[in-house]
Order: sequence, then structure tokens, then C-alpha cells
Amino acid sequence: MSSHTSDSPRATTRTVLDEGDISRALTRITHEILERNRGSAGVLLLGIPTRGVHLARRLAARMSEVEGTTITAGSLDVTMYRDDLRLRPARALEHTDIPVDIDDRVVVLVDDVLFSGRTIRAALDALGDIGRPRAVQLAVLVDRGHRALPIRADFVGKNLPTSLVENVKVSVAEVDGADDVRIVGEGDA
Amino acid sequence: MIRHLLSSADLSKDDAVLILDTAEELLSVASRPIKKLPTLRGRTVVNLFFEDSTRTRISFEAAAKRLSADVINFSSKGSSVSKGESLKDTALTLQAMGADAVVIRHGSSGAPHRLAHASWINGAIINAGDGSHEHPTQALLDAFTMRRHLGDLDGRRVTIVGDVLHSRVARSNALLLSILGADVTLVAPPTLLPVGVDSWPVQTSYELDGALDKADVVMMLRVQGERMNDAFFPSAREYSRRYGLDTRRMRRLPEHAIVMHPGPMNRGMEITADVADSARSVIVEQVTNGVAVRMAVLYLLLSGSTDAESTEAREEA
Amino acid sequence: MSAHVLRDALVLGERRADILIEDGTITALADSLDAGDAREVDATGLIALPGLVDLHTHLREPGREDAETVLTGTQAAARGGFTCVHAMANTDPVADTAGVVEQVWRLGREHGYCDVQPVGAVTVGLDGTQLAELGAMAESVAKVRMFSDDGKCVSDAVLMRRALEYVKAFGGVIAQHAQEPRLTRGAQMNEGELSGILGLTGWPAVAEEAIVARDVLLSAHVGSRLHVCHVSTRGSVEILRWAKSKGWDVTAEVTPHHLLLTDELVRSYDPIFKVNPPLRSSDDVAAVREGLADGTIDCVATDHAPHPMEDKECEWSAAAFGMLGLETALSVVQLAMVDSAMLSWSDVARVMSTVPAAIGRVEAHGRPLAVGEPANVVLYDSGASRQWRSDDTASLSRNTPYAGRELPGRVVATFLRGRPTVLDGELAEVPV
Ligand SMILES: [Zn+2]
Repeated sequence: MSSHTSDSPRATTRTVLDEGDISRALTRITHEILERNRGSAGVLLLGIPTRGVHLARRLAARMSEVEGTTITAGSLDVTMYRDDLRLRPARALEHTDIPVDIDDRVVVLVDDVLFSGRTIRAALDALGDIGRPRAVQLAVLVDRGHRALPIRADFVGKNLPTSLVENVKVSVAEVDGADDVRIVGEGDA
Repeated sequence: MIRHLLSSADLSKDDAVLILDTAEELLSVASRPIKKLPTLRGRTVVNLFFEDSTRTRISFEAAAKRLSADVINFSSKGSSVSKGESLKDTALTLQAMGADAVVIRHGSSGAPHRLAHASWINGAIINAGDGSHEHPTQALLDAFTMRRHLGDLDGRRVTIVGDVLHSRVARSNALLLSILGADVTLVAPPTLLPVGVDSWPVQTSYELDGALDKADVVMMLRVQGERMNDAFFPSAREYSRRYGLDTRRMRRLPEHAIVMHPGPMNRGMEITADVADSARSVIVEQVTNGVAVRMAVLYLLLSGSTDAESTEAREEA
Repeated sequence: MSAHVLRDALVLGERRADILIEDGTITALADSLDAGDAREVDATGLIALPGLVDLHTHLREPGREDAETVLTGTQAAARGGFTCVHAMANTDPVADTAGVVEQVWRLGREHGYCDVQPVGAVTVGLDGTQLAELGAMAESVAKVRMFSDDGKCVSDAVLMRRALEYVKAFGGVIAQHAQEPRLTRGAQMNEGELSGILGLTGWPAVAEEAIVARDVLLSAHVGSRLHVCHVSTRGSVEILRWAKSKGWDVTAEVTPHHLLLTDELVRSYDPIFKVNPPLRSSDDVAAVREGLADGTIDCVATDHAPHPMEDKECEWSAAAFGMLGLETALSVVQLAMVDSAMLSWSDVARVMSTVPAAIGRVEAHGRPLAVGEPANVVLYDSGASRQWRSDDTASLSRNTPYAGRELPGRVVATFLRGRPTVLDGELAEVPV
């Protein structure tokens, strides 16, 4: 998930993906998913809240267009599976919505930013408690590097090398009013 | 979020809504193949029951276990709380065991408050019913059940009927429901309303019939027959005639209204069997919802660290 | 014997003088006394009051020596500025015979920190059924004049009437703990808005007032002396005011804690605030203050009630009723009554020494600070202030409700018959 920090006056912000870039990236990911899985049969898109859910819905819409069927994306909240629950104040749960049985399906997890990999580790644990998918794949809009776990994405919108002091901020129209991806740095130093 | 749950009055509206929303998400866990979340792995929840209440204890136990907490049951009925052992000594024992949360049921009003504030123990204290004071998780599950049937409780009319004076459920519900914006009416004979009830955020009435026509919820409280020995009312028969919910009275309720009871029921006293078993009655559902609500409370009180820095320091050491 | 000169004291807070004490008597009281080789005590800025007299102390001996003994209780009394305390009868065995009251009286004399005047039980074993041998106690060496079943109410109207009548034979007084038992069964705190919210069984004011009303009428009817213990409600004050307006021989006391603390403290569910009668509303506190100021309430009495910590470190309903009071009484009276200008220091001498001594019929106490009078004197620094600590006590118990509170004043010295029991704020060695 992306890190959301308020922009301090000294922070520098640069936009790395605009609305068009994001749209093209999602279209490309849609085709890659369909190609890898030879169509949409048996594929279930699960977005990780909050922004991953909206990205999953957009992927599902594009897939429906290509395939000529109605494909719905679900959502998977991983809060209860996080490994940092003791370190932070309790947070509100997001909605989990699994539209179909996941057993023997290919589940494509969708998130906005891939960073340490801890969120995806939590998602894999959560999936395991819900059922037994045939395979799990991962689609992310941005991979910013700095993995702490042996996890990689199958479908990546944009690889974005960052430094640890930077934050990647993904905005989606459904939540933030506009689509873009920005890097918020720690000033000019 | 608060650190302990001792009274419904401790909750802000945001806190209460957060608990109910969280419980809503957790309700689905009951229908999954693996009814367990790893959230509280390694945490210890103690059920400290000085008063017998199998239903409440089991509900908390199931909630804690579904969150993967270790559960220790201390009960005064068994041998684990020895006779005459003081609340303080019991608390010190639990502290030595490393209890992260203590769910306490006690016959003395304020006992959970004592545990939370006497610096005998560090863990979160959850009031599972104290004397005739409060039972906040019961109120939360009642509100949760109402919300599932009626939606937002803002402006909804809830009529609570019976022995308000001795009822911790009535106190917790009156406070919580008004925090959530509902209009609460307490109905009881004057002998069973506490002195000073006019300062509560509720309306009161001595007469049941008039409080039914516009009610969205009617909650019947348990009334113990022995109360008539203390002259709270003349006889069980007169009580149920004036304050009992029977089919005739139930017909006065609006179509959508539901009937609740915190249990255990005295069928024939405050509620007739017909009403208790009718389609309007959500009494069985209250039990199911209890586990989800208690999971939500345990999660919200226990998962957030209040001293993140010291926790990190410990883990690095 | 010893001689002391108290230099530059403020007698009753009004007039600067040196006080010379020789052989247990005040022998001179004037400016710049030539005191010979009397021991000098610098009393500059200190208020001199007659030794305080408490009508209501629980010393717990015999029976509960784990909570208090006559020695520790009288040491606490000395530290509070008292030179005479009335020991309540609810000991084990109950002080309902000449033997028990003589034992308690003698223990007080032997320890030498404070005179102990035993209160005799009204009924055998405080049982409320049969009169104790009041005459035998009155004739004993302890010369008991006050009788009380305190802790319990003499609720039987006939028994109360007989007791009032009977003690007329030797100038006795019945001190009533006014609590209608049926109205207070299981009661835990003042009945009001808060008891309903806290779910604690209420203790209605009427349970006290009904007994006060009945007893003033009984006392008028039989023409005997009634003393009402620990008045705590506005209604009681009003009934007493009415009874006094009739000229009836009725007196009453109020405790320091009822002058200061309210039932709001019960919100903490901390039993350190659990007491009988219960802490009342702020309106009741205002009423007892007014009552004390206008003389409707005659005196202050501590109801010092020591309890071991295990009886307080527990849930509310399991806890014992009662709080310590001897060492804080003068400070609390200063805070509640003097600092609010409702009483002067000479009024304090009246309500904490002169009048209680007169009610208890103890002749050597409560005397004026004047030449020829017994040298029972307390020196008090009203300008001091300190945060009260529960372990800063001579009592065996720690159940003070004032721990952590800032209280004004400090007892600097107490003299009992010319001998210091407290000097420089510390207990003095008392030769036995
Ligand atoms: Zn008393």
C-alpha cells in the first residue's frame, strides 16, 4: 500500500505517472493477465483496500470488455493478518468481499504499491484461511523496490526506483478525485 | 480508542460506531471454513468470572479464540479463584501470568473499575457485567442487532421495559443508545426506576401501552419474582399484567419493530412464550452477534499498542 | 515536674502572649514573661487552642488490634492536637460492662498520649434488644457519661425512650447513630443521581432524618439529653434547628469529612471514600457547614475509624465503612470552615474543645486558656500547607481519604496536663 504523508512545505513532489499513463498501464496489465491465464475463466481479481480495490475494479471492467462477459472484482482486507498490529493503534477494518469460492481458482491480488512485501504476505495468509486457490498472482501499479520478503509481482504497471526517505503517493479518482502517482521527497538535500 | 471498556459512557460516538463496523466485518468469520484470525496470537485473555454466567463467558471465550488469543478461565465456581481470595490478590496473580486483557464479571458494582484503576494490573479491563452497574458489551451487541434490522439508529425509538433499578443491561443500553442518537424510553413501575433517572438521557414512563405504538425496538428486561418480597410490586401476576409483553401488546407495535431480551427470560413473567418465539423476536440472533461484537472489542482494545516505542525496543533487545 | 513557656503564641488566634505551664497548670499568660528555667518553645505565629476533645473515636482495642490500639490511636490523636478522645463502644468484646470500659480508660492513662474517655454501649452487645448496665459503667472509675451503640442505630423506639430516660439518673447522654435499618439494607452510598448511575444501592437521607426527627421528639417528651452523631444531611440540620428553637436539650456533631467531601468521590469506586453515614451531596455539605457556623450543630467529631488495608483494597461492596480522621481534623476544619470565614479560631476552640467536653462531661478538658486552668494546649501553624500522605500517620491503619490532597495547617505541639505529647510536629517521648 502507498504511504500517505502530508506534504511538508520543504518536501519536493514530482508526478511520475499521470492519468493517461495509469490508464495505459492498467490496459497492459489486463492483457497480460488474460494472456498468462489464457482468458478470464477461473480468474478472480481481489483488490487490497483501499486503492487496490478500485484498481481491481478497473481491471475487471477492462477484462469484461475484452472477454464480453461480466467480471466482478472482490476485496480482501488484510488488517487482521498484519505483522505490525502491536506497534500501531488499532485501525478500522476495511470490507472483505469474496464474490465466489476461491478454491481451485487463480486469484490475482491487486494493490497500488509494492514495497516491503509485508502487505502481500498478510494477504497470502488471509487467502489461506478462506480457501485453497490453484494459484495466486500479484498485480501492482507501482513497484518501488526495497523488498523485505521474497515476494515479487507478476504484473507491474511501472517500476519506480526510490530512496527509502521518499514516499510514493498513488491517487485514484474514486477516492482522491484524480489519477496520478507522485514521489514525495525529503527536500532538496 | 479507549484503553478499558468499563461503561458504555466511556465510548464516544466514533468509538461505538467503530466497534459496530468492525463487528460487521468480523461477523463473516463465523461462516468461513477456518473461523480463526491470527490477530491476537501470543496475547493472553483471562475470563475472570466471580459470578456464574456461562453464556457470557462462552461468548468471550469464542471471541478470543477466534482471534487466536490464549484464553485462561478463572471462575469462582470452580477452584481457580479460591474462596476469600481478594480481588487484589487475584489481580496480582493475573498480572504475573501476563494477562493482556481481563474480562471480568463480578457481583459488585465497580469491581472492573477497581481492577482498571488500582494499579494492580496492566492489561485492558473489559466489564462483562458488574453488579447492577453496567454490561457494555451486551449493549453493544444489542445495538449491533438493532442496526442490522433497522439501519442507522439515529432517531430510532427504543423502549426498554422492566427492572431498570437492578439492571446493568438497562444502564448500558440507555447510555449507548443515546450516544448513537436513539430515543430511549424506560418503562417500569416507579419502584423499579432508580432515583435520579430524570438526569439520564432518556424518557421514562410508568405505563407500557403508550410506549409501544411508535417503538422501533422493545427490549424486555428480566424481572426476578423475588423482587415482590421487597415490595417492589404486589405480585408476579400484577407485574405481568401491567408490564409484560404479550401478543395483544405486540400487535400494537409497528410492522417493522423488533422484540429483544438480554436473557435469560422468565417466560410468563415479563414476556409470553408466544412473543419470545415470534418472528419479531431477535433473541437467538443476539447470541450470534455477541461473538462478533466481543471480537471487535478485543481486537480494538488489544491490537493497538499504546506504547509503540517500548514494544519496539523490547523486540530489538 | 516540667515547665514550659510558649513564646509569642496567638491565643485563640487573636491575642499575642507568652504562656507559662508549670506542673500541669497554666500559671501565667502575659507579654514577655520571665519564665525562669522553663523550657522555651518558640510559638511565634502559632495559634494556641485548648487541647481538642473528640466525642467520636474508634480505637479498636480490644478486638481489632490489627487496625488500631489504644496506644496508636491516642498517638494519632496527639498528633492531631487532641488531649481527650471518646472511645466508641463497638469493640470486641463490646464496651457494655464496667470491666471493659475501665480497661480502655486505664490503657489511655497508662500510655499517656491522650486521655481516653470510654463511651458505653446502650444495649448488650450492641444488639438493640436489652439495655446494657449503664449505671455500672457510669459509676466505674471511667465515669462513663456518653452511651452509644454507634455503628448501629438504636432503632427500637421504646428502647431508645427508656435509654434516654434512664441516663438522666447520672447526667448521661445517648449518642445516636441515626440510621433507619430497613431503609438502608445493603446501602452503599448516598442515594441520589449518582447511586443510580453507579449501580450502588442508595442510602437515602430520610433514613437518617427519620431517626433524628423521632429522637428529638422522644428527648423532648422525656426531658433527657440526646446527642446526634455525625449529622450528614440538610434535612437533619433543619430538624435540629427546629428542635433547638423549641429549647430541647439536643446536641449534634458533624465529622470533618462531611464538612469537606462529597459523594462525587464515589465515582472512583475507591472504597477509601466508603463511610457511614455516606458522603453526601454538595448541598448537604453546604448545609452542615451552615449548621456548624450558626450553632445548630454543636461540635466537630472525627469518627476516626481505622481499617486494615485489605478491608479497603477491594471492591466497593466488600469494603469496610470508615476513614481515619484524628490527624487531619484540624486541617480539614480550617480548610472547610476557617479559610471560608465561616468560623473564627475561637469558634474552632468552641466546637472542637469546649462544647464536646461539656457534652461528654469531661471536666478537666475543654477549659479556657487562662491562669489556673489545666495545661491542655495545642499549638497550630495555620500558615503551613502540605500534601497529605497515607503513611505519615501514627495510626496502625492507612485509610485516610486525604492522601495526595493539599491540606492547610500543621499541629506543632500538643500538651496534655503540661507534658508535651507532640513537639516540633513529632510525637514526644512520654514517660510512663
Ligand atoms: Zn456512627
